[in-house]
Amino acid sequence: MFVFDTITHRLRRGCETMAYPNGPAPALPDRHGGALRVDAAKCPDGCAECLPVCPTEAITRPAGRGIALDLGRCLFCAACVEACPHGAIIQTGDYRMAVRRREDLVLGEPGREQVRLADALDGKLRKLFGRSLRLRQVSAGGNGAEEADLNVLGTIGWDLGRFGIQFVASPRHADGLVVTGPVSRNMELALKKTWDAMPEPKIVIAVGAEAISGGVFAGHPEVRGGVAAVLPVDLFIPGWPPHPLTILDGLLRLLGRLEDEGRLTPPPAT
Amino acid sequence: MSTASPFLLLANATSLPWAEVPEWPVAELVRHTAAELGRGARLCAWFGVPEAGATRLVAVIAFDADNTLAVARSAPVAGRYPALTALQPQAHLFEREVWEQSGLIPEGHPWLKPVRKTAGAAPAAVDFFRVDGGEIHEVAVGPVHAGIIEPGHFRFQCAGEEVLHLEIALGYQHRGVERALSGGPHRATMSQMEVVAGDTTIGHATAHASVLEALAGAEPPLRAQWLRAVALELERLANHTGDLGALSNDVAFLPTASACGKIRGDFLNLTALLCGNRFGRGLVQPGGCRLDAEPDRLARLRERLTAALAEVEQASAWMWDAASVRSRFENIGTIHARQAAELGLVGPAARACGLVRDVRYDHPAGWHRLAQAPVAVWPSGDVFARARVRWLEVQRSGQLLTEQLAAQPEGEIRAELPPAAPDTLAVALVEGWRGEICHVALTDAAGRFRRYKIVDPSFHNWIGLALALRGQAISDFPVCNKSFNLSYCGFDL
Repeated sequence: MFVFDTITHRLRRGCETMAYPNGPAPALPDRHGGALRVDAAKCPDGCAECLPVCPTEAITRPAGRGIALDLGRCLFCAACVEACPHGAIIQTGDYRMAVRRREDLVLGEPGREQVRLADALDGKLRKLFGRSLRLRQVSAGGNGAEEADLNVLGTIGWDLGRFGIQFVASPRHADGLVVTGPVSRNMELALKKTWDAMPEPKIVIAVGAEAISGGVFAGHPEVRGGVAAVLPVDLFIPGWPPHPLTILDGLLRLLGRLEDEGRLTPPPAT
Repeated sequence: MSTASPFLLLANATSLPWAEVPEWPVAELVRHTAAELGRGARLCAWFGVPEAGATRLVAVIAFDADNTLAVARSAPVAGRYPALTALQPQAHLFEREVWEQSGLIPEGHPWLKPVRKTAGAAPAAVDFFRVDGGEIHEVAVGPVHAGIIEPGHFRFQCAGEEVLHLEIALGYQHRGVERALSGGPHRATMSQMEVVAGDTTIGHATAHASVLEALAGAEPPLRAQWLRAVALELERLANHTGDLGALSNDVAFLPTASACGKIRGDFLNLTALLCGNRFGRGLVQPGGCRLDAEPDRLARLRERLTAALAEVEQASAWMWDAASVRSRFENIGTIHARQAAELGLVGPAARACGLVRDVRYDHPAGWHRLAQAPVAVWPSGDVFARARVRWLEVQRSGQLLTEQLAAQPEGEIRAELPPAAPDTLAVALVEGWRGEICHVALTDAAGRFRRYKIVDPSFHNWIGLALALRGQAISDFPVCNKSFNLSYCGFDL
């Protein structure tokens, strides 16, 4: 009766794929905090309370200006949020934070308090990849967590396949390269070879603080300090590691599959 | 142990003055270490400490039955010394590592080659063990694999479908973790410890925090020890559940694979409930935990834990009930207990060979002095046993968690840590979900790290995978690999 039992159990579980993006997004954990908002205009002269508490030195204060916080180096530990006596750095609870340009992750100046969310690919690429994107993943010094949360997107809850996005085994079959890790020098050649094996046109997606900036390993001679040192990056997805929802949002945004370009209604943290 | 013992005894998560560590001529250290390993001790760490142009070797061994660790060191040595590996195979990678890092040659080592270093373009650009013969062919796989997985190179020597020999070349993930620790702890150190192996954040962070606490001569508050133990079991549940799903996927039994993929996420989300991060980043810090769990949060945790445990129970039952799964797991990738002991395997891979070794039980520290789960053991040494041990551990971790969540101690969650003692050696072992995590720190005169050694369980266990493939069909490699599920970055550091 084993087969019938299995089928019965499976039917009982029902459809477990989430409603997002047609329905509401799943809630981030309440202690996650989401993307940061940095209002450097609130920084009084001479204040540098937040600088020494950041484990990755993601916050700098150029002379005569307010602070600049690089979300591409950020571990989202919120130590700076606790340290700031002026409310210049706050958590928004927003899971959306993928960008197309590296500088769009640097927050602080007026008009640049929050990330400038990724635009969709332009006409031709969007037409090619918008409904069918095949990705090859390479971990180049990755720590296993980014890889795990990319794998999660393939599980029944997220079901990446319903968007026409699929991870493939061969670079020959891939439209895009998803890179995790700070690009260890020992993986640099393999990463380049994988890239060279992919047919044009092709894109690169950097996932996680290490892939964007070197993260906690920035400055180590054993790593290249991020994917952009080796390949042209089309999408940066911050996080340590990024929540699966942040990754999915970035991918859909890149393909022009999301319409909420405004920053006015971040989903509330629960 | 008599006072004439060549080793100085210490308990897990404690420290002792470097000057008190017994010093032996190097050949004596090798002889004494081999003798103790021959009597059933295990090699936890073997590493070099640079000193005035030479190297001191340090041996940290574990007497599991006596619930104690022991340490000894050599006089400074340069050039060559008689290899420990020739007497005790479990030292093989440690001695290669020392040679790579210090140039010290272990004479009589059967396979002396780099561990992580790039020789030219990539770590694999070195000679491999080769089998010659007209019907022999060689299969090279990696570093980039077909999946979302870390990189490593596998070199198979095959006769038809049968694997005669597998050699595993790693090092691709090397990020310079240990080197960066000298002179530390630095500002980024705690964060780096959390990603030594990113799926073992709580395990490595707890080991590092314990080392710092031992050096400072301070214990974290009891409530912090309790919360660390809770988070450690959540980490184990998430990873074991993921592995059970991945194993059933590799034998094409998809109901369990798809259910466990989701339930694994449910366990990760329980860790995120505690600290906001699915992998436990930022929870553990030297001196305690950064965040506490208020009663309402714990009530939600208990409720969701109960639901997730019931789901994994059912999803696993489908798999164990399926004869097709059992027949694909049984007698595949078998390692015998004696081999596992000689190679020094740890964690579920060792327990699946019938070896009773679990740091939580043998060398309890922190909360595990007060609460323990029965050690999960299965005797057959094959893929079935490695899956079965994971399943037993899911049940027992779930049981332990359920009990301990109802027995929380009150009090502070963190305490200020005094400065680290100078010229002191501290050792901390933690039973991570893959097995024994070992951190050893030696401080200098200023109390900064003079040498810091990290041994991820994968460092002990990769050789187990290589051995498990002997005589197997090469098509069984994926399921064998998954049954170990070892860390590349934890090995490469």
